Amino acid sequence: MNPRQIAIALWTLVLKEIKRFTRIWPQTLLPPSITMTMYFIIFGNLIGSRIGEMDGYTYMDFIVPGLIMMAVITNSYSNVASSFFSNKFQRSVEEMMVSPMPNWVILAGFVLGGMTRGLGVGVIVTLVSLFFTRLSVAHPLLTVLVVVLTAALFAIGGFINALLGKKFDDISIVPTFILTPLTYLGGVFYSISLLPDLWQGVSMLNPILYMVNVFRYGFLGVSDIPVGWALAAILAFIVVLFGIALWMLEHGKGIRS
Amino acid sequence: MAEPALSIRGLTKVYGNGFQALKGIDLDVAEGDFFALLGPNGAGKSTTLGVVCSLVQKSAGRVSIFGIDIDRDFARAKYHLGVVPQEFNFNQFEKVLDIVLAQAGYYGMSRREALPRAEQLLRDLSLWDKRNGSARMLSGGMKRRLMIARALMHRPKLLILDEPTAGVDIELRRSMWEYMRRINREEGTTIILTTHYLEEAESLCRNVAIINHGEIIRSTSVRELLTELDTETFLLDLAHPVEAAPEVEGFEVSRVEPSQLAVVVHRGQRLNDVFSALGEQGIQVVSMRNRANRLEEMFVSMVEGDQGAIDRHEEVRA
Repeated sequence: MNPRQIAIALWTLVLKEIKRFTRIWPQTLLPPSITMTMYFIIFGNLIGSRIGEMDGYTYMDFIVPGLIMMAVITNSYSNVASSFFSNKFQRSVEEMMVSPMPNWVILAGFVLGGMTRGLGVGVIVTLVSLFFTRLSVAHPLLTVLVVVLTAALFAIGGFINALLGKKFDDISIVPTFILTPLTYLGGVFYSISLLPDLWQGVSMLNPILYMVNVFRYGFLGVSDIPVGWALAAILAFIVVLFGIALWMLEHGKGIRS
Repeated sequence: MAEPALSIRGLTKVYGNGFQALKGIDLDVAEGDFFALLGPNGAGKSTTLGVVCSLVQKSAGRVSIFGIDIDRDFARAKYHLGVVPQEFNFNQFEKVLDIVLAQAGYYGMSRREALPRAEQLLRDLSLWDKRNGSARMLSGGMKRRLMIARALMHRPKLLILDEPTAGVDIELRRSMWEYMRRINREEGTTIILTTHYLEEAESLCRNVAIINHGEIIRSTSVRELLTELDTETFLLDLAHPVEAAPEVEGFEVSRVEPSQLAVVVHRGQRLNDVFSALGEQGIQVVSMRNRANRLEEMFVSMVEGDQGAIDRHEEVRA
């Protein structure tokens, strides 16, 4: 395929993904907005006012970046996992496999689709948060960069999950038993400086901690961990996971007999 | 000499569980041909086509599409290939028009280029009125036609149809045959067809390969294959019922129903002799037909001798 044809194929896939999640918006866009509104009301307003300050900021200001990031992570991941698995399940993945589209275009198309939903939900949650707090952004470029990279990373993760999944249960196991606990323990609701040394050390093994912290640094200018290291770690994860996903596609893992 | 549309050499497929689905098959399909790949269930038809379409990974062998080795440049080979699979393989929740346009996009066709093509194909296949409806609302026959339209969007030179008329009613089947004949005749599209309706293969195809237990046991023209048919069985509908099967010298006659006889005719025998003998006994024949399609008889005779041949015969009957 020449570059123009590749661009058309990629755009076709991305557009198809966008159409899919907007067509079923009550399942994809509405629930995270409602859930996050609940978090803002209960944790930010009601309980947060009794907690007081966290790292020198009101509790509401502290949790907003984490909640936005949580929405981006969950939606980027689950969009690709459920969409690609549905394509496998309905065998419509064969439409792509018989076409001359390179595998990296298929992977990039789904990842960009997942990122679009993740970032779209992130924007919705950000807009909702404006009803509860005055949001200021200390480092806008860094904020955008880290949220885009995080969306990409988890969209790729969702793709690998869908490739490996054999039944629908398999694509809900990772979000339920791995992503959600890691997100909750990734410093969304608290600063890890509150933890005893041992648990601070354990927390440092959680990759989501780095993303939440860098994102929060982008908003507030404070972070529990070095920003440069965190960005490097996210980039390294993206490169490694993209390589694994592409290798699996090239070798037909989970899609070819 | 023109490159064949499809050339297969020594194609072998061993699945993970050790089952050898293909045992080194060789096959050539000429450009412009209308070709049938026949075989009982599990013979290796879909595996063969799966390898050609990149849905199945081969274990060994070479496959070329219009001279392009799929191991060297599968992407270029795929441009020439259109695939209509056995099972519905589109997103049932998408609109009909979106499905065919997306397929064009995967081949790098712009929307401006794809829209007129989509309209032409959907009109030809009587789906234009359904273009904005969800694919799941289509009938089974419409879904099959949708897959044909989708496969033709990028104007492939080789169209692979894996049981395209399975579960389709007779009227629709005939119209689909006519459409396939037309694209073969007018556009020169090479068509490879697998089917369980052997009448379909006899009616449409010029050449045929029969595959059994992962091996090609015969590859020839339909006409030549039929000339080798030693025996045909005819059903004769009678004007009046008979008590027992009449004796006809040199022929094997049996009573199927009180008003129907079955006559086995070997090569070189003349049906006229049967009619004469029946006429002399006062038995009037009002109509006649083959018990089975001629190609089916040939097919069964070729796979006979293999264990379970009778079971498979039941499966291939229309």
